[in-house]
Amino acid sequence: MDTSKVATSNATTAATGKKPSRAGAIASWADERLGIASMAKKNLRKVFPDHWSFMLGEIALWSFVVLLLTGVFLTLWFTPSMGEVTYHGSYEQLRGIQMSEAYASSLRLSFDVRGGLLMRQMHHWAAMLFVASMMVHLLRVFFTGAYRKPRELNWVIGSLLLLLGTLEGFTGYSLPDDLLSGTGIRAADGFVKATPVVGTYMSFFLFDGEFPGESIIPRLYTIHVLLIPGLLLALIAAHMLLLVYHKHTQWPGPGRTEKNVVGFPMLPVYAAKAGGFFFVVFGVTALMGALLSINPVWKYGPYDPSKVTAGSQPDWYMGWPDGALRIMPGIESHFWGITISWNVLLPILVLPMLMFTILLLLPFIDAWITGDKREHHLLERPRNAPTRTATMVALMTMYGLFWAAGGNDIIAITLHASINQITYFLRAAVFIGPVIAFVITRRWCISLQRKDNDDLLHGYETGIIMRSAEGGYSEKHLPVAPSRAYTLTARDRDPVPNGHHEEVDANGLPGPAKGRLTGLRNRIRTVWYADNVQKPTPEELAAGHHHAEHEHELQGPMDGHAADGHQFDGHHLVEDEHLRSH
Amino acid sequence: MSTPPTNDDHAHDEPVDENLPARDDLFANPGLPEHHWRPTDVDSKAEKRAERQVATLFGLSAVCTILLIVSYFVFEIGEDPDVIGGFGASNLAIGLSMAGMLLFIGIGIIQWARKLMADQEIVEYRHPASSSEEDRQAALAALSAGLEESGISRRPLVRNSLLGALGLLGLPAVVMLRDLGPTPNQVGPGKKVDYPGAGIEHTIWAKGMRVVRDVVGTPIKPSDLEIGDLVNAEPEALFNGGEDGEPLEGVVLQINKSKGAVVVVKMEPDNIIPGKGRENWSVDGIVCYSKICTHVGCPISLYERTTHHLLCPCHQSTFDLADSAKVVFGPAARPLPQLPLEVDSEGYLVAQAPFDEPVGPSFWERG
Repeated sequence: MDTSKVATSNATTAATGKKPSRAGAIASWADERLGIASMAKKNLRKVFPDHWSFMLGEIALWSFVVLLLTGVFLTLWFTPSMGEVTYHGSYEQLRGIQMSEAYASSLRLSFDVRGGLLMRQMHHWAAMLFVASMMVHLLRVFFTGAYRKPRELNWVIGSLLLLLGTLEGFTGYSLPDDLLSGTGIRAADGFVKATPVVGTYMSFFLFDGEFPGESIIPRLYTIHVLLIPGLLLALIAAHMLLLVYHKHTQWPGPGRTEKNVVGFPMLPVYAAKAGGFFFVVFGVTALMGALLSINPVWKYGPYDPSKVTAGSQPDWYMGWPDGALRIMPGIESHFWGITISWNVLLPILVLPMLMFTILLLLPFIDAWITGDKREHHLLERPRNAPTRTATMVALMTMYGLFWAAGGNDIIAITLHASINQITYFLRAAVFIGPVIAFVITRRWCISLQRKDNDDLLHGYETGIIMRSAEGGYSEKHLPVAPSRAYTLTARDRDPVPNGHHEEVDANGLPGPAKGRLTGLRNRIRTVWYADNVQKPTPEELAAGHHHAEHEHELQGPMDGHAADGHQFDGHHLVEDEHLRSH
Repeated sequence: MSTPPTNDDHAHDEPVDENLPARDDLFANPGLPEHHWRPTDVDSKAEKRAERQVATLFGLSAVCTILLIVSYFVFEIGEDPDVIGGFGASNLAIGLSMAGMLLFIGIGIIQWARKLMADQEIVEYRHPASSSEEDRQAALAALSAGLEESGISRRPLVRNSLLGALGLLGLPAVVMLRDLGPTPNQVGPGKKVDYPGAGIEHTIWAKGMRVVRDVVGTPIKPSDLEIGDLVNAEPEALFNGGEDGEPLEGVVLQINKSKGAVVVVKMEPDNIIPGKGRENWSVDGIVCYSKICTHVGCPISLYERTTHHLLCPCHQSTFDLADSAKVVFGPAARPLPQLPLEVDSEGYLVAQAPFDEPVGPSFWERG
């Protein structure tokens, strides 16, 4: 190919200027003081692999930056105080009404500060994006096995980020002190009071006396703008540093192995794409802030502990524990002068903590079951780890059903259904649904594995129907391209489930079993891999190819005679071919 | 461009668990696919066109920035936020121009990267996450030398007393939060923190206190109510402060609203199934219950008059007001506390007595 016309801007030659460039001069100035050249040397051309799914974490990162920027703007006008004032601002419907300074300043931001409503809405939308993209990013990392060694700790950091992001969201939407957010704090007081032994004390300390007091808003404000953002920043920095240190995972493919990383250099392409993407995320948030109304606090009115609106619901990421709270049967124990509110304790305190602990431990549970201590840098397709994929789909199903329960009143109204029946249904479904989802997903993955092997052994389906001399019909199969065959088989074989993992002593003889835990682990491991389809062995591959050649021979005489659908689309010459004439 | 990695890269020198099968390749690694030149690489017209596109995008961003500043000053704020098709003019104009300002820069940079920057993928080799064995040994040697020199293992007395002292540092972190608020026992009548209605077990309700409408504070005569009516009510003390005569305000008002709010409903007297000892708690079919849900404390107000059911909008606990407000559905575990009613000398509804149990969500010491 003639490459003489390659664009001059294309950096295929080293950027050595004839005289020191201005950038070079600045770099020298900096290096003489900071010594950054050795670090820059390694990282300026650091390779980042490309795949659309690697963008999800980036959305989370950039929406956090948007949150910081819009949040600082909001703090300039927001007054985190529960002191009572009479409203005299621009919004007519509330003029003359008593309200807290927090709510009055939220109204001021919405109606009397230019761009204030936009910033409020962008801040809220960015918060939604932040939590949502973290969740989807988490799913990507789990489904592709990217959490495996050496990245387990980054999974833990990411899980903490999700937890903190959720708390940050709750403390944030509680600040305007409107009727909806106040109802949320009211319920939170009920959750705190349900804590065994110290609950009442915690509630009195949190609210500086009885609910609602006048301290909760300033306290939540400090947590929201100082404590949690500080922790988030530190953890995000650690998350990024580990990402750079480990180098990003990549999908297997021609030239991509466990030992290398293939992609674009940080400077210029990755920096440009990621930096440009920051502006895209920021811009989309601005678009949402302009066009999509969110949390119109002026419509709810100021918080009044004796009032409530129908359809009171938290922000969506708080929906699943709220759903659990809704479908939990009302059980309370009273004995020895104490009360244990299982109906609040289990769904809102125990369940989320349990789910979070499971989430945090997933990489370690996985490593314990599989016994896999190797480093992994190539991603796995979800289908190639059927039990793992099914586990997450089961957890997602449970999450989704709890989440649906959090909107049981909305579902009842929308579908004109009985809220009682919806609730009874969901009480059972949160347990049965995940099991069904697990089984379906696992079998689905295994079917897809079979399909991959079929493609490898017998070729892919061309859609061309052949008729044999005897009048039988068959579909023509063609071998998959070498690069695809390589990609499909660039995965590990599962360990043999049975008889292969007995502990062996120094003399190579089976030693005494190492206790009950090993036995349990081996049983789980057997179930974990059972029914998985392995990639073909070399012998199977050879047999498959032989079979294909044989078929090809049979079909050989027909080649060039039957219409294969590619006569006139330029795929092959048509000189010697003509449509059959009757 | 480095040479395409070969199949050998796939070999592993790290120790492999013998339970795990070796990683194997069925097919030779075909190596990185051939690089294809883009039109912008080989056609100077296409290159110039892409350059113009990128510059145009950046230019559009600049236009939007100016539009933003103009709309900041042009559009009135403080109007109803629904003036243009449901959006406020100022919010819409500033927001859209800000979106343009940012999106055009972002799209421009990405277009630049895609069309004009080098698009050849490059290869970098990975290193194990762990340090080299040599480094690890050196680090361990340094660590043990340091520990040895500190004498931490030889002097258990020093070590253990330090650990003890450090462990105690956690205590002030908890103790010094003590003054976040009073304990539940310090709040109540005659206690350290006292105000009308103080205490988690108490409300401001007292014998003879009038039940008044929640917004206007006017007392209620039984004859004012029709069958099926529901009135959101409060204790009269919120409006006249009881004996002091000063209306409650600020925190004390909020606390008492969060505990004292009640609902008054009138139903056919025959429909009421009075609880044990509650036979005379209603007046002409009028009953009064705490409005604060016993689940997590939302105020309840969705009333279905045909069934006498009261539904909490937060978590859908449903209480039967004809039957001592027992829970008929939902996550609440206890009935709503009932306020015994009677009529005072002027014919207005008053409390016979305060609530005989704490209102609102359960708590440990509730019993």
